[in-house]
Amino acid sequence: MSVLAVDVEKQLGAFTLAARFKAVGGVTALFGPSGAGKTTIVNMIAGLVAPDRGAIMLDDAVLFDAAAGIDVPPHRRRIGYVFQEGRLFPHLSVRQNLDYGRRMSRQPRNPKEFARIAQLLDVVHLLDRRPRTLSGGERQRIAVGRALLMRPLLLLLDEPLASLDAARKQEILPYLVRLRDDAHVPMVYVSHDAAELRQIATNVVRLDAGRVVASGGIELLD
Amino acid sequence: MFDLSPAEWTAVELSLRVSIVATLVALPFGIAIGWLLARKDFWGKIIVDGIVYLPLVLPPVVTGYLLLISFGRRGPIGAFLADYLGIVFSFRWTGAALSCGVMGFPLMVRPIRLALEAIDRRLEDAAATLGAARFWVFLTITLPLALPGIIAGAVMCFARALGEFGATITFVSNIPGETQTISAAIYTLLQIPGGEAAAGRLVLVAIVLALAALIASEWFARRAGMRFQGE
Repeated sequence: MSVLAVDVEKQLGAFTLAARFKAVGGVTALFGPSGAGKTTIVNMIAGLVAPDRGAIMLDDAVLFDAAAGIDVPPHRRRIGYVFQEGRLFPHLSVRQNLDYGRRMSRQPRNPKEFARIAQLLDVVHLLDRRPRTLSGGERQRIAVGRALLMRPLLLLLDEPLASLDAARKQEILPYLVRLRDDAHVPMVYVSHDAAELRQIATNVVRLDAGRVVASGGIELLD
Repeated sequence: MFDLSPAEWTAVELSLRVSIVATLVALPFGIAIGWLLARKDFWGKIIVDGIVYLPLVLPPVVTGYLLLISFGRRGPIGAFLADYLGIVFSFRWTGAALSCGVMGFPLMVRPIRLALEAIDRRLEDAAATLGAARFWVFLTITLPLALPGIIAGAVMCFARALGEFGATITFVSNIPGETQTISAAIYTLLQIPGGEAAAGRLVLVAIVLALAALIASEWFARRAGMRFQGE
């Protein structure tokens, strides 16, 4: 079981973020109203935002430690990130998007793994298309595949379904559940939607106004 | 179609060589300066910004004169380059390329800078989380996304270089076969009695070249832009 330990503080204007929690394997939900600091925390874990104080550890690796002056840059963290808006590369085909992480982290070609993920997310028929020709749901599935194919140690999903309507959400959630059960990659899943989280989360960290107000099992979603 | 004399062909060939070399040599600098202006805040940015755009607003004769006193044989930069690298600008076609490059530079930097500013930086963050170091992010995401602007900048610089006259003639004079480009040749022909016919032919060539550059840039930009519109 992988362990993600987060203990961070950051001042953002009048907003103070001071969050401390541990995520142990499975799917950890970061749950709370918008403005609670969920995305900022996820950006800190990915290395896109630096905390003012504190430390972030993934298993034995120190990703960030303000006191020791350690801040591993995002490209060396091996943490997959699925953004709310997908952020597919518009100038690359779906296949090139999916392959980008593997190429950039200089991992050997692995056609079997590629085929497995493409099938798991049901995107095989989209491989030669450009992102602009895809529906919102298709884009998010490819964003998930792209992050998975870099073989991440941890997968961050920041409101991956927020830009989709209810029907689309129900179309994609089963893929994410399948991912949880088959892929064995620990995930941190940000959402303000309790119903969505109930289907996917294994444990919950509840945030409000930049602080952790509770952490535990999915009964916290009620 | 164009019944050009050998001397006129020489001017056309020289113009093309000067403009192509000017554009190709200016391009890496144009991308670097465009990137600096689009992405970085540094002390003296407004001065760099001003110097880049200066050739656009200065009288070309002034630019040519400044090039002459700095890049000429006895100018500080010119003497250094000649003594240590063997690069001589004065009264050579290389000098014409330099003045054309300097004159075209602001027109090149502007679209590149705008294209870089328009790029969604969040795509670069996404690339970083996928394991791409900064240099690779630039090469695989930033540059391709800025490509339409880079092409536009290169074509603007090329077209400006083709038409350059004032700075070039001031800096490297008007020597047939060495620094006499199409514009200088037309000017010379119009000074001599009976030169109008030859000048007319060169005018036609100039129009065709300019049009061809515009059409080519439109085509490239469309092709580059088509790939990722809408996202």
